[in-house]
Amino acid sequence: MKTQPVTRLRARTLVGGIVVLLATMLVAVLIGAAELGWQRVLAEIWAQLTGGMSPLSEREAAILWQLRVPRVMLAGAVGAALASSGAAFQGVFRNPLADPFLLGAAAGAGMAATIVVVFAPALTAWAGSTLPVAAFAGAVGGVALSWLLSTSYGSVSPTTLLLAGVAVSAFLTAVQTFVQQLNADTIRQVYGWMLGGLAITGWTDFVRVIPYIAAAAVVLLVCGRLLDVLALGDAEASSLGIRPGRLRLLLISAASLATAAAVSVSGLIGFVGIIVPHFIRLTVGASYRVIVPLSLLGGASFLIVADQIARTAMPGELPIGVVTAFAGAPFFIIVLRRNAEKLW
Amino acid sequence: MVSPAVELRTVRAGYRDRLVLDGVSLTVSAGEWLAVIGPNGAGKSTLVKAVLGLTRLGGEVLLDGRDRRTLSAREAARIIGYAPQQPALPGGLTVTDYVLLGRTPHLGLLARESSADENVVADVLRRLDLDQLAARRISTLSGGERQRVVLARALAQQAEVLVLDEPTTGLDLGHAQALLALVDRLRREDGTTVISTLHDLTLAGQYADRVLLLDGGEMVAAGPPAEVLTPERVARYYDADVDVVTVGGRQVVVPVRSDAS
Repeated sequence: MKTQPVTRLRARTLVGGIVVLLATMLVAVLIGAAELGWQRVLAEIWAQLTGGMSPLSEREAAILWQLRVPRVMLAGAVGAALASSGAAFQGVFRNPLADPFLLGAAAGAGMAATIVVVFAPALTAWAGSTLPVAAFAGAVGGVALSWLLSTSYGSVSPTTLLLAGVAVSAFLTAVQTFVQQLNADTIRQVYGWMLGGLAITGWTDFVRVIPYIAAAAVVLLVCGRLLDVLALGDAEASSLGIRPGRLRLLLISAASLATAAAVSVSGLIGFVGIIVPHFIRLTVGASYRVIVPLSLLGGASFLIVADQIARTAMPGELPIGVVTAFAGAPFFIIVLRRNAEKLW
Repeated sequence: MVSPAVELRTVRAGYRDRLVLDGVSLTVSAGEWLAVIGPNGAGKSTLVKAVLGLTRLGGEVLLDGRDRRTLSAREAARIIGYAPQQPALPGGLTVTDYVLLGRTPHLGLLARESSADENVVADVLRRLDLDQLAARRISTLSGGERQRVVLARALAQQAEVLVLDEPTTGLDLGHAQALLALVDRLRREDGTTVISTLHDLTLAGQYADRVLLLDGGEMVAAGPPAEVLTPERVARYYDADVDVVTVGGRQVVVPVRSDAS
């Protein structure tokens, strides 16, 4: 294939990505623990679209529309958030290893979640909503702390921020481990949350996180070209009329909000934020104008598939973080080995 | 009277706790090539940063007679293009992608390039003999090609002033000459003003209209190469033994071994 001089998101690629996502969603909706029968599910979807007669009983329809569909939508939203945030972080830090949890989002969320599990178990049982709110606040707080600690004389250098993120993460993780050790009986619950998983809560979680993820997605999509400019370094970006400090703050805020929203409902799902953007970079092109939109679509598809495997591969559920790494890593290695020379 | 392309009025610049440039004043006329020379640590790069607005300033920098601080980042970027000494090159981008980034100051914040922008880039690539490389990834280019690609990106900015920080670093003699000859040709064709720092005094003598010698953050000499590049001055500020030979009306600075009998 001859490389095109200008890397643009071509209509064919975009449509391809959307088709893959829709197909993944459809397959995920058709398969589940409760045997509804895929023909009957298809007939039900058709009936909903055309206003015809539903072949499903009321209970079956509830399983489909209140359990399966929202879970698929949630997996898609979380995957899109993590993959596009990962892409943004790699661009902002000009570092292929950057992932959305780099600046303390994971450690902050983990600490807050542990504190809630340990000190307010009654609350989690009572509403089921304290944990996500705490995790969201913890993730945002972790990133904000890293940012504040790395500010000096009103500006933030990417390297300082990266190191501040490492320090903040280590500190918050230490607090989390300490609290957890004092209350060993909660380890299983905390650990289960950390490995990641999508709870079945009807549409509540999806409705709660989608505003953050959608807003962040718009910001990141609009800034694709500017991420390419930022990759030239601060001096050159300035000489091209961009204010790198402000742009970084905007991008990190957007990506961190999306990450915090994702973490709050899914725990810590690793790997998506690294593997998906790199897969796009290796197979389609290295411009963020392509990487960001395709990471949104690809991240959604990838996590829907991973969640599908997590809930159907074994009796009981696998933690989804195990699936993303177990299935994703070998696949990624193959792509990497074939295309390594295109990297960066 | 036409205002100078760039004017510095008692500019003081430096870093957090260290003043590097102490009260430098100079004017650069439109279409002129000014070479900034001086030993390591003299403040050449800081001068470049001051012109680009990248360091804190005392004094004034005027572009086209307008105080730089009154210009927005985008306005300034349409007046001054910059090719750094050690550019960060995203290896995965194609040459065209990279050069297109030079159009940034001409685009709305959220706009994408029009076909007019792509034509500017195609034209720049043709003039720099890079059209054959348009679809190549930057990571596959040689050092000389990369240097030309960086210059192309700065030219795509279509700025009146081109600031080049050590443009010949890492280039062999032939490639260095070719690059400077190219800059000189573009300057003649477009009337672009060039400010470049140069380590190589001979190249400065060969190409610049005027040479500015910095030492310890102060301007110690400025004028045509024939006046500034004297053996005494080079000996004093570079602590080097040289001979200066004039060939075809241009200065050539030759190192001479002083301990040889």
